[in-house]
Amino acid sequence: MPEITGYAFPNDVHVTWSLMIVMYPYITGFVAGSFIVTSLYHLFDRQEFKPVARLAMATSFAFLLVASLPLQLHLGQPQRGPFVIVTPHFTSAMAGFGILYSFYLMVLVLEVWFVWRQEIIDRARRSRGLLRAFYAVLALGTYDQSPEAVEIDHRAIKILAGIGLPAACMLHGYVGFIFGAIKANPWWSTPLMPVIFLLSAAVSGIALLIVLYQVFARINRRPVVATCMSALASWLWFFLILTITLELLELIVMAYEKSESWLIISQLLTTRLEFSYVTMQMIVGGLIPLILLAVVVLMNRYLHDRVRNTLATAAALLCLLQVFSMRWNIVIGGQLLSKSLRGLRSPYEPEIFGREGVLMAIALFVAPFVILWVFDRVLGIEEPAGDETSGPARAAGAGGEGAAGGVHPA
Amino acid sequence: MDPKIDEPHVSAPEAAPASAAAATGPGSTRRDFLSLAIRLSGGAMVLVAGGSALGGGAAPKAPGEAYDWEEHLYAYLIDTDKCIGCGSCVRACKTENQVPDGFVRTWIERYVVGMEDSHVDSPNGGIDGFPPLQVGFIATKSFFVPKMCNHCRATPCIQVCPVGASYRTKDGAVMVDGDRCIGCGYCVQACPYGSRFIHPATHTASKCTWCYHRITKGLKPACVTVCPTGTRQFGDLKREGDPVRHAIEHDHVAIMQGHLLTEPQCFYLHLDKEVR
Repeated sequence: MPEITGYAFPNDVHVTWSLMIVMYPYITGFVAGSFIVTSLYHLFDRQEFKPVARLAMATSFAFLLVASLPLQLHLGQPQRGPFVIVTPHFTSAMAGFGILYSFYLMVLVLEVWFVWRQEIIDRARRSRGLLRAFYAVLALGTYDQSPEAVEIDHRAIKILAGIGLPAACMLHGYVGFIFGAIKANPWWSTPLMPVIFLLSAAVSGIALLIVLYQVFARINRRPVVATCMSALASWLWFFLILTITLELLELIVMAYEKSESWLIISQLLTTRLEFSYVTMQMIVGGLIPLILLAVVVLMNRYLHDRVRNTLATAAALLCLLQVFSMRWNIVIGGQLLSKSLRGLRSPYEPEIFGREGVLMAIALFVAPFVILWVFDRVLGIEEPAGDETSGPARAAGAGGEGAAGGVHPA
Repeated sequence: MDPKIDEPHVSAPEAAPASAAAATGPGSTRRDFLSLAIRLSGGAMVLVAGGSALGGGAAPKAPGEAYDWEEHLYAYLIDTDKCIGCGSCVRACKTENQVPDGFVRTWIERYVVGMEDSHVDSPNGGIDGFPPLQVGFIATKSFFVPKMCNHCRATPCIQVCPVGASYRTKDGAVMVDGDRCIGCGYCVQACPYGSRFIHPATHTASKCTWCYHRITKGLKPACVTVCPTGTRQFGDLKREGDPVRHAIEHDHVAIMQGHLLTEPQCFYLHLDKEVR
């Protein structure tokens, strides 16, 4: 039995939402965050993101495929999980998940198809036998690569990105809403919650892309484009500043108001969550990457490519820790605090094995990378060298692409 | 049907002193008493309602023909001045509803309050009563507060259930359909009173039902039946002259965490400001 400091309602000593509910917003955060990056290119024509646009979209797709798994694994009656979609109770914030998830999945699958259509056709033409049939099915029977068709593809991508961006934001903002709309829990109940979730999703998405981009560049023996890296670092800095500011503002308001709940929340933060909140979320994952990224952004001109990449990657890895800690502190922290507002339970230690254990969480985190690898084998994430298929049309559509596509001097 | 339903109600206060005496005894005495009480009241039902009562007893979850849920609207009244912290109600609830160890559907809190400090505890939900306590401050008052699901009219637990497994019956009880519940735990998080939990065996949400299987047969909830001091009272707001209805209408009653606007249907008399 967990130890209690103060007085907790007898049923409040159990942590009902386990590590899986920490993983759920962590994973959907990557979905939304990487979609934001891909949208910066596809929707807002930020050419500096071209080198990672496809990687970002594939990442969003890979993480989306596993996004519902932690929820499913957490359910006491997993076989009844589909009830949420089949017979939703619409006053529940959770009932929206099925609808939002399926809608976003649909949009993303369509967008992926349009973005990779040229490769699918090329591969269908190149391969033989079963493989050819497979790609033919993926191509949905159309092999039209005429400039008009390519132009239509690009228009479709733009429209889908236009629908996908709000959908991705909704999907993740909604995760924050699930917590923010629980008036019973003062640590969760704030309208800032969806906003903080969304901003930290952007942080985790961009941070992951910085790391993945380096890894992919190394694997594919391609140079890391300096403008792209600087841009990623700048946006990461921007979203990290916003996230940390809002996370602190939430506390400061609570503390300044001297609200009833502040007494217990201040105890929660300084005792039970001292490591995960103060050390990890605020210092190691917050302050240090803020400084590292400030160096990358403010001293960009003076930095050697290698130094920039190293600093940005270090900051990105710390940001990934920051966002995980934030998810942990919200989900688990909120349950260490009793609704009696008089007591805290001893820290929650997740099981190692088992459906909701640490190993499962690691598997869930690794799975999207496996999917990404398969995706790369099947469709190829890197744009084919020379841009022989989509290049000209893209250039015609957006203009000025050549300038951004090349490796820039630092 | 109403007067027949009343029958066991009348016998409840008489049963209370017996239960008080048993409160300090071993659990088996309590269990014996409870099963006896159930059997006796079941007998009363058969006596009064005739053979049809047997049919009614077979359908506890859906109100049968004999019972019309439109005719009732239940409410619960707790007079904190009367509670002696014996734990009978917690034990009765556990026995009646097979509440798993480590969880409670109802519990008792002990408050020891002084001008500088206060102390609250509820060892095992108060199931074995309360051991003597020394506090490090000058205590000026001390009292017990029984707690349970408030069967709120505007309850967040029903609102957040993604599949509609949590619902409120027409006679006012907030219930969980164990066959629909997916065990997501959202209702557990949404309840401000900590009255729900995920049952470790069924992996679905579980909570106080006001002993719905009893009240639809005209009995009182187990906790009310065994309360030796009349702290816990159960009444029907649709019945003229009901003592609980009278108290709610005429006395100064309080509710738990009124600022959350959940409209609890458990009302408290003499509630102290320390209680949340």
